[in-house]
Amino acid sequence: MGAFILKRLWVMILTALCLTFVVFFLANLYPNLEKLAKTQGNMRMSDEQVASWLDRKGYSSNLVIRYGEWLGLVPGWKHTDGEGNITGRCILPGMEPEDAPDYCGVVQWKFGFSTVFRTEVGDVVGKRVLLTGKLMFWAFALMVPMALVVGVLAGMREGSKTDRTLSTFSIATTATPEYVSGVIFIAVFASSAVGLKWFKGSANSAMDDITFANFTLPVMTIALYGMGYIARMTRASMAEVMTAQYIRTARLKGLSFRSVVLKHALRNALIAPFTVIMLQFPFLLTGVVITETLFNYKGFGWTLVQAASNNDIELLLSCSIVAVIVVLVTQLLSDIGYAFLNPRIRVG
Amino acid sequence: MEPLGVFGIISYTLFYLWPVWVGMVIIFTISYIYRDSLGLFGRLFGSTPGLIGFGIVLFWLLTAIFADLIAPFGEISQIPGMKNKVPGTPVRDMEGAYFLFGGDNLARDVFSRVVKGSQTVFIIAPAATLFAFMVGITLGLPAGFFTGRLDTVLSFVANMVLAFPVILLFYLLVTPEIRNSGYELLRFGDFSWRSSIPNVLAAVLFVFPIVFLIVLFQSRFYLRPQMRNLFVGITLVLGLWLYLGVVFNVDPFGLVSMNPNTLNIFVAVVFVNSPTVFRIVRGLVMDIKTRDYVAAAQTRGEGPWYIMLWEILPNARGPLIVDFCLRIGYTTILLGTLGFFGLGVSSESADWGSTINEGRKLLSIYPHPALPPAFALMSLVLGLNLLADGLREESLKD
Repeated sequence: MGAFILKRLWVMILTALCLTFVVFFLANLYPNLEKLAKTQGNMRMSDEQVASWLDRKGYSSNLVIRYGEWLGLVPGWKHTDGEGNITGRCILPGMEPEDAPDYCGVVQWKFGFSTVFRTEVGDVVGKRVLLTGKLMFWAFALMVPMALVVGVLAGMREGSKTDRTLSTFSIATTATPEYVSGVIFIAVFASSAVGLKWFKGSANSAMDDITFANFTLPVMTIALYGMGYIARMTRASMAEVMTAQYIRTARLKGLSFRSVVLKHALRNALIAPFTVIMLQFPFLLTGVVITETLFNYKGFGWTLVQAASNNDIELLLSCSIVAVIVVLVTQLLSDIGYAFLNPRIRVG
Repeated sequence: MEPLGVFGIISYTLFYLWPVWVGMVIIFTISYIYRDSLGLFGRLFGSTPGLIGFGIVLFWLLTAIFADLIAPFGEISQIPGMKNKVPGTPVRDMEGAYFLFGGDNLARDVFSRVVKGSQTVFIIAPAATLFAFMVGITLGLPAGFFTGRLDTVLSFVANMVLAFPVILLFYLLVTPEIRNSGYELLRFGDFSWRSSIPNVLAAVLFVFPIVFLIVLFQSRFYLRPQMRNLFVGITLVLGLWLYLGVVFNVDPFGLVSMNPNTLNIFVAVVFVNSPTVFRIVRGLVMDIKTRDYVAAAQTRGEGPWYIMLWEILPNARGPLIVDFCLRIGYTTILLGTLGFFGLGVSSESADWGSTINEGRKLLSIYPHPALPPAFALMSLVLGLNLLADGLREESLKD
């Protein structure tokens, strides 16, 4: 087990390095840098001005060296202008050049400076991830139990009318992406012209204070799309378990259907959905981005959109680290959990 | 003129869609008569959900085909005085013309835009899915068959692409800036080709179908050179013609071309989809290669590519067809996501994602412009999912 986790950790680190380098490379393509220079400086800059701006801000050196600077393995750049003012990667605003450290990268737990929010990336990301964490927590708290109940009810009598209805329902939810369900929810439940006016169409106020009115719609939007998939997996797994020999034995022994389902079938039927639930985390990330944009909830997804559309390279890199870590850790956890739940599987 | 009521709107809508109804009746009648000789598709008539799914998909396909006949107004034609008008409002100075689903923020007909928007989906989604399958199959077959180092490397790359959040990838890959990156490598006359990332990806990804078909024919007919030369020749001529048109935009006949925007979206969608197909194919191959008929082919002395393409692949078709339907639906959702974030589409585009995005800004006051495209997208994906489910059920019956 220990060797397995070590090997997986090594693959994870390698993947994270490759992915961040790809993001770094794509964000640093010259047209992107040019756009960054023009939005940060002046829209009407000439080509020479752009080049000198990029030079001054440390964007013009070799890509691999700059990736090393970002990782904290290469000393940060320093630039002295004509008047002797020193600027540099590690010199934050209001800091004396002499006090600044030589290295400031991920290894030193420094994530750089966001050009959009004009503050340290670490602070921005930390705060936003926490907000998204709340959203995800409630979405999962709603989605997982509902999906399991629907899946178990549908799978316990395969082919019955309940099964048909619930299966069609789960197919319908997987066909409803967040930007469709969110729009329909707002129109039905929050529109000021027509509709029920039960909830608020914006979750902006939920950032400080979560209430039933402002948080229900975003949570429902995320939960609905993810639910169908888990429910269908649970149904398939439940239907398979119900045909097993030991279920027939238990029935023939004279146990009630109810106790067979609850005591014999359920535990084995929930092994497969467990992996699916874990793997839903990364899959929901796109949904989070859409939902946060739609409901104006300024969490991690919203930040990612801001970073990407303004080409805020260091913020974008930190966002991708967070996203990649979430993906890889959930993959690892789902493998380990699978092995724990299913005694027939041995890892290593 | 009086505004239409709910009944009026429904009957006018049904009337405008007449080419679709005619087409559906013809296709359903023909396929019902010949259902016994249509294989898996014919057996669809035994499953109600599958049939409903097929009906919905067919409805949208015919809508896309006859869009110019159905839509009463142009997708970007603005009619004065129709801004944000409610559904069923008559158009001034035009006898018998209504904005059936109302007008949007720029006084355009929502009904016409939804109808026209179906074209974007049917131009990109099935083709992009097909390309993703070609790439996934061409790489997944050897990875699953030979395993070893090739498999390790390909799987690592596939897992890496899959670990990438889709939305981040789209934000990085589908931008106007990325199309100006790279160097101008080729230039003569009007024609120029940059080594920008979408162009390079297109050049690489679009080789796969050609390679796939050539290997397919070569492995089967290499002992019959005449047949082989004929098939490989046709593939090369057609393939290179399409390749030149799509990738380099220099089709000598001017028939095949793709604007840089669409190419960018297309490439990004193929790139995101192919690793999943790769993993499915690899898994299927690993399962099927232990069967007796594969061992029999090996004993006969067949080459590895013959076994992969003519023994294993046909026997993996069931799950692949089902996944193909599901994946078209997923691609439709991806295209909607791109439109929703305004990536790679022009602001006037009628595709459903951007129409939803435009409509959502005034959603709480005027909900009607955003809802029709939302329901359209949902129903198409639902239809594809039901169709896939029906096909899966029917294919499991034997």
